[in-house]
Amino acid sequence: MEETIAAISTASGQGAISIIRVSGKDAIKIVNSIFKGKNIEKVKSHTIHYGFIVNNQEEIDEVLVTVMHSPKTFTKEDIVEINCHGGIATTNKILEILLEKGARLAEPGEFTKRAFLNGRISLLEAESVGDLIEAKSEAQRRMALNGMSGRLTNIIRNIRNEILDIIANIEVNIDYPEYDDAPNVTPQLLKDKTIKIEKDLQLLLDNSKIGKMIKSGIDIALVGRPNVGKSSILNALLNEEKAIVTDICGTTRDLIEAKMNLNGILFNLIDTAGIRESEDIVEKIGVNKSKQVIETADLVILVLNNNEELTSEDQDLLKMIQEKTHLIFINKTDLETKLKLSINENVIKGNTKDLNGLEKLKKKIMELYHFDKLKEKDLTYLSNIRQINLVKESIKSIEQIHIDLKKEIPVDMLEIHLRNAFDNLGILIGEKYEDELIDKLFKNFCLGK
Amino acid sequence: MKYDCIVVGGGHAGCEAAHISAFLGKKTLLITMNKKNIADMPCNPSIGGTAKGVIVRDIDALGGLMGKVADESHFQMKMLNSKKGPAVQSLRCQADKTTYPKNMLKRLENTTNLTIQEGLVENLIAEENKIKGIVLANNEKIKCDALILTTGTYLKSNILRGAVSTEGGPHGEGRSNHLSDNLKRLGFTIQRLKTGTPPRIKADSIDFSKCSIEEGDKKYYTFSHDDKPKYKIEEQQKCYLIYTNQETHQIILNNLEKSSMYGGYVTGIGPRYCPSIEDKIVRFKDKERHQLFLEPESMFYDEWYIQGFSTSMPEDVQEKMVHSLSGLENAIITKYAYAIEYDAIDPLQLKPSLETKVIENLFTAGQINGTSGYEEAAGQGLIAGINAVRKLNNQEPFILKRNESYIGVLIDDLVTKGTKEPYRMLTSRAEYRLLLRHDNADLRLRGYAHELGTITDEMYQNYLNRVQKIEELNNFLDTTKLELTNDVKAKFQEQNFNLPLNKMSLKELLKRPEITFEFLDTLLNIPFEEDIKEVVSIAIKYDGYIKKTNKEIEKMLKLEEKQIPKDINYQKIKNLASEARVKLEQIRPISIGQAARISGVNPSDISILAIYLKKEYGKND
Repeated sequence: MEETIAAISTASGQGAISIIRVSGKDAIKIVNSIFKGKNIEKVKSHTIHYGFIVNNQEEIDEVLVTVMHSPKTFTKEDIVEINCHGGIATTNKILEILLEKGARLAEPGEFTKRAFLNGRISLLEAESVGDLIEAKSEAQRRMALNGMSGRLTNIIRNIRNEILDIIANIEVNIDYPEYDDAPNVTPQLLKDKTIKIEKDLQLLLDNSKIGKMIKSGIDIALVGRPNVGKSSILNALLNEEKAIVTDICGTTRDLIEAKMNLNGILFNLIDTAGIRESEDIVEKIGVNKSKQVIETADLVILVLNNNEELTSEDQDLLKMIQEKTHLIFINKTDLETKLKLSINENVIKGNTKDLNGLEKLKKKIMELYHFDKLKEKDLTYLSNIRQINLVKESIKSIEQIHIDLKKEIPVDMLEIHLRNAFDNLGILIGEKYEDELIDKLFKNFCLGK
Repeated sequence: MKYDCIVVGGGHAGCEAAHISAFLGKKTLLITMNKKNIADMPCNPSIGGTAKGVIVRDIDALGGLMGKVADESHFQMKMLNSKKGPAVQSLRCQADKTTYPKNMLKRLENTTNLTIQEGLVENLIAEENKIKGIVLANNEKIKCDALILTTGTYLKSNILRGAVSTEGGPHGEGRSNHLSDNLKRLGFTIQRLKTGTPPRIKADSIDFSKCSIEEGDKKYYTFSHDDKPKYKIEEQQKCYLIYTNQETHQIILNNLEKSSMYGGYVTGIGPRYCPSIEDKIVRFKDKERHQLFLEPESMFYDEWYIQGFSTSMPEDVQEKMVHSLSGLENAIITKYAYAIEYDAIDPLQLKPSLETKVIENLFTAGQINGTSGYEEAAGQGLIAGINAVRKLNNQEPFILKRNESYIGVLIDDLVTKGTKEPYRMLTSRAEYRLLLRHDNADLRLRGYAHELGTITDEMYQNYLNRVQKIEELNNFLDTTKLELTNDVKAKFQEQNFNLPLNKMSLKELLKRPEITFEFLDTLLNIPFEEDIKEVVSIAIKYDGYIKKTNKEIEKMLKLEEKQIPKDINYQKIKNLASEARVKLEQIRPISIGQAARISGVNPSDISILAIYLKKEYGKND
């Protein structure tokens, strides 16, 4: 067994409990030395124990420790997991004490690396594990699982085969120049065939954006003038989903963000309702803030008041959202209609007293991203930067063909780009060895996963 | 009697091996069944071809004979793929089957230290897994320190036509009945391979008026770097093109079961790239016709070769097939086509030096290693010869890398991946083919040859001269700026080329796709030979591509540098997949790079291996 490593396994700042994972030959001994409770060096494997983490007799936190003996653990080494309460400070303190007692801080992805090196998981699995651990919603979890099952592999393998077909045809032309058995891959033919491949790859990339959204959640901004009912819409949406509203610290402290889980898809609702409404400058600040939020959001929902005529601020906001993916929610339909709006597209009407309108809104959101049609099998998107970059590289190779065709570079030479694309897609599905792959791969994992 | 080195078999591999061993000063014996059949060409009457032509150039650069003998023995020369990129151009000549062997024999007989003896080798003498000598069919024993087997298709060979199977090799020669069994006894894995050859027909029975003409090039070429052309273009011979037709196909389909292949009389595995005509018709049902080339075999007898018509049909069916062809209605078959099956060793039992892993100082080259083709054989023969000598001198083996020569690709493929069918070199097998060109063989390899001592001083000087001229031309192009005179402007306009905005150097101009030396020559005098201009032009025009290839090579070489210790115990490495463990144990790659090319060894196995090496053998490699 290797030297003992430790790290915080849960994402920082989230959740009521944090887990610190310790793995290696002294894992149990080290934790035992700071644990007040049972002697965990003598307990059975795969058992949980209640007690306190102490530092020079001072109780740091009330914890549960899980003791797992080699080899039936994630890393195949002895592992202790400490479930502690409290926020970042306490968790960090415990980690600090562990390091003082002889554990080493784990490098990014080192647990997974050990799991891989000790033969616990395969390379492709290693990559997906990080995603799985990070998964916050059901769709994320499914996507991570799919990464493991190799649906993505199949799609890429098909594209790769198409590339191989062209390469093979070019090769036949070269090796059997006098035979007319195979069509001659002319510059024009090469162009036509590679355009299709480029499209397929581009589609994969576009889909991966949705994949990315699923992974990090879709940012929805609720904008609108004060008093159009943004907050009540937010609360109505959230009440039903029983999500927790939290203040976001930092520069956007005036914004309220909440997480909403719709049919397994995670949405981050950002509401400008928290902007303080101080007399004169309120509308100005409101519009400025809205601008920022609109820029960064994936989807903007503009709320208008059915009971008021369209104001110039409304007009400004309508202009601002034009370029973005957006929905318009006309609120307060229970009151008299004074609003006149010439736009019909992506417009939903409703109010917070009767939930019909809100249901329509939710449905519309799902439709907008085709999430309504999203099934498990569709969740085969490129989900991390390494994968996305390899596809981007492949697209670049194909683009280079189109550039160099204009420079009259012979087809047999342009084949090198096809080979590059072929190789890169091969690396993506683990069918070619690249020296630095392993190191790069594990560096891409977040600490302690 | 004792020799430093014995070469068994006088084919293309044997000739190169014996010559280079003797040239390097070793007392060498070439033993062959029939001296008249030395450097025999039992199949196609040509040397070179795509990729193969570059092998011939490489052989020549390294001091081998094939290019020089081909230059003095052909009656048609052609640059294949001349309309494609420079990386895939390759020479092919129609070699005279009478003069080629004669000229080769002459050169061998004039080689100091080389003895040629007739005899049939049936056994080897090995002591403690080290080669000591050979035993002939007449029980004569000859001792040696190193032995090179280049037995071609003569190990337990059977010639097949339909259901008729005859023991023996090509040209009515006998076969070695016991050598492959004895190799097996010594620990070699023997596989059975198959190849074939088409019928030959009498020249004056062909109606050439029904065939279309295939001529040689109107430009002079040589394989050898040290030769001036020894032929006249106007004396070059024509080849002809004809096609199969529906009648031919019907005859074949009606008689399919009579062929040795489809009748189940063949046990050997044939090559996919060189299928018999019955294979082509069965596999490509929709194709209405197949091309056939009629090629003269020699200027000294009137037999023609029907390229593309190899078959294992019985003789009476062959008659019908040939007579169904337009132009060959009345053709007289002088030699019927046949399939031949023979024993070969598993090349995974070879080191990259072509020494066998089983018996020390025993080397093998050519078809015995599972390859096909005269050029592939000659290339291996040369390397086996060089390395046999180096082994005797206690020197490190000479191993060409994949980025240095097609021969390097060939041998690396053989000893790393093995082969289940006769292996033919293809341009697609060379990932760095942009560097493995026809025009730069000497630049790639003559430096090595000089160090190895395989070329004469004069040959080395030829190379140095060319290097110097290339440098001079590069300087000339850098320093010469094109004056935009009215005459020059007119020439640009004439071609519809964009006029340069200011005085550009010739090198800058050549970077444009449309500007060639051919065009520049119409503007000013550039006093350099065409071959020099070719090399320089390629380097300028494809600079980006060459750099890209070089980058990839750098990556590859890094992996090649990571040597795997000879004493590594794969059983001790935990977590290797069991298939990988078996393959690594069997092939025992010399580097991480080679290990990564083994099929069945996956990236994760390579990582585990690399980490193990780091742990066990220090952090620096």
